[in-house]
Amino acid sequence: MTSEEIREVIIDILGDIAPDEELGDLKDEIAFRDQLELDSMDFLDIVMELRKRYRVQVPEEDYGELASMQSTVTYLEPKMQDVEKA
Amino acid sequence: MYDTVIIGAGMSGLAAGIRLAHYDQRVCILERHTTIGGLNSFYRLGGRDFDVGLHAVTNFTPKGARKGPLARLLRQLRFRWDDFALAPQIGSEIAFPQERLQFGNGIELLESEVARAFPAERDAFANLMEKIVDYDDLNQELFEISTREILAETIRDPLLIEMLLCPLMWYGNAREGDMDFGQFCIMFRSIFCEGFGRPFAGVRLILKNLIRKFRRLGGELKTRAGVDHIHVENGRAIGLVLENGQEIEAAQIISSAGLVETMRLCDDVSQVDTTHAGRLSFMEAISVIDVEPQDVGLEKTVVFFNDSESFCWERPDTLIDARTGVICSPNNYAYTGQGETFPEGMIRITAQANFDRWHALDESSYQQEKTKSYNELVASAVRFIPDFRHRVIATDIFTPTTIRRFTGHDQGTVYGATHKILDGHTHLPNLHLCGTDQGFIGIVGSMMGGISIANHCLSGVHSSDSPILEGGS
Ligand SMILES: Cc1cc2nc3c(=O)[nH]c(=O)nc-3n(C[C@H](O)[C@H](O)[C@H](O)COP(=O)(O)OP(=O)(O)OC[C@H]3O[C@@H](n4cnc5c(N)ncnc54)[C@H](O)[C@@H]3O)c2cc1C
Repeated sequence: MTSEEIREVIIDILGDIAPDEELGDLKDEIAFRDQLELDSMDFLDIVMELRKRYRVQVPEEDYGELASMQSTVTYLEPKMQDVEKA
Repeated sequence: MYDTVIIGAGMSGLAAGIRLAHYDQRVCILERHTTIGGLNSFYRLGGRDFDVGLHAVTNFTPKGARKGPLARLLRQLRFRWDDFALAPQIGSEIAFPQERLQFGNGIELLESEVARAFPAERDAFANLMEKIVDYDDLNQELFEISTREILAETIRDPLLIEMLLCPLMWYGNAREGDMDFGQFCIMFRSIFCEGFGRPFAGVRLILKNLIRKFRRLGGELKTRAGVDHIHVENGRAIGLVLENGQEIEAAQIISSAGLVETMRLCDDVSQVDTTHAGRLSFMEAISVIDVEPQDVGLEKTVVFFNDSESFCWERPDTLIDARTGVICSPNNYAYTGQGETFPEGMIRITAQANFDRWHALDESSYQQEKTKSYNELVASAVRFIPDFRHRVIATDIFTPTTIRRFTGHDQGTVYGATHKILDGHTHLPNLHLCGTDQGFIGIVGSMMGGISIANHCLSGVHSSDSPILEGGS
């Protein structure tokens, strides 16, 4: 998957978790927590959705990498480069 | 073989089921009763729809709010705010003979009411607010400290203390006399800081959405499927046997039946410890009137009344204790949807009741006492609200024995055991409790409880707080 595709995957997951949010204006460099007020339960949900959909494992010590869209995409790129877009 | 079997299709069991099914587990919910909902079910009588346990959905936050249990719950279960269609309350009241305090959604009105009625306690109330905001609700040790002690340290006027305790104990205190400070903080936030809402269609709408989602995710529900016992071997639960003899295997079991009730189901437990069994139960007097409550001058959503010296929160020795109660009208919410008006009014009044006393009555005295208690309770309530008795066209009454019959809870208890197990653990590694006896009370609360246990089961060990990511909630 390209970084652009990974971004779409994350947007799709966020759209599922928070269907009432307008995600079109999401700023990639600003923390999800500050923009969407996601809490630890939501971050865990992102991790679980990645595992469910793409079998990608994010170990607990790496959860901090998922703070913003930018850091998430950077972190996931090597892990997801061989994953086909569903 | 199921990944997880859940005992009980109440709010907590359904919410747990949705989470687990969403993450591809094979899940089955076993419910003894013919319908779902547990303490918060619904029924039809005389051509009218009634809710069992819905006065108000607490934790109300408006659409767009991202913080608080309601927003969290919607995200966890993948619902839109509109799916629950909650209309906000009009306004509620704590009514004592000496004073009345109004409150609405959000803390502002209560704050100004406290400042008006108790000017000397203004700063004390602000101090109390600080303690509540700082409180960490997942710490089991802090959870059980005495609310009365904390209040006595913070507030001088005993009347204000009793007035604050009254609604919070009424809507979620399993202990008698005192209240766990953890529970107090949770209830304070959910009632005074957040607030009340209700879907026009009542609890049906919420339950319909829950069960539909659960089924769509592949979850199975078996009704009329009471669990007779849980089979334990080598320190693990290995399966369940239903009352009809059917055997079901499960890798993991989550029970919303209650702590004592669940222990009794385990075939490795010969002596069930009932030290912490709850005894608080309710009688509910429901009156249908031929006009809307506002037409007789009842303009509040919920009125919590009390006329004893200090607010008395304990099981009465008599059938009911009519000195304190909750009066609620489902009509009095700010519904805005099309056609959302009621042809008549409904007024629900709740009082503390004694299970053993009701249980000891034979059928004919039970019927008589129901009518007598209804009259006594309504007479007590109309000292605090306009008298509506001349407009009553139908009534329904339920008692602690009704509650036990429909939920299986010992003593008809509504708020469950007096000692809460926040993480739901039991003596078996693959049996967990969820809902009421986990300390998660109310509609939103019990669903959050179910979610937290499901998450625990899904991810091995984790609390809802991971230090790097927690933004404070
Ligand atoms: C009169 C009244 C008014 C209330 N008002 C409000 C309110 O206004 N707002 C609010 O938020 N909350 C209110 N509540 C509280 C709320 O209803 C409960 O806190 C909540 O519904 C509890 O959900 P639960 O899933 O924990 O448990 P329960 O609803 O008790 O669910 C347990 C389920 O397990 C089933 N079960 C038990 N044993 C077995 C077995 N052996 N086998 C199979 N199934 C079994 C039961 O039949 C039941 O369906 C009220 C409750 C009552 C009774």
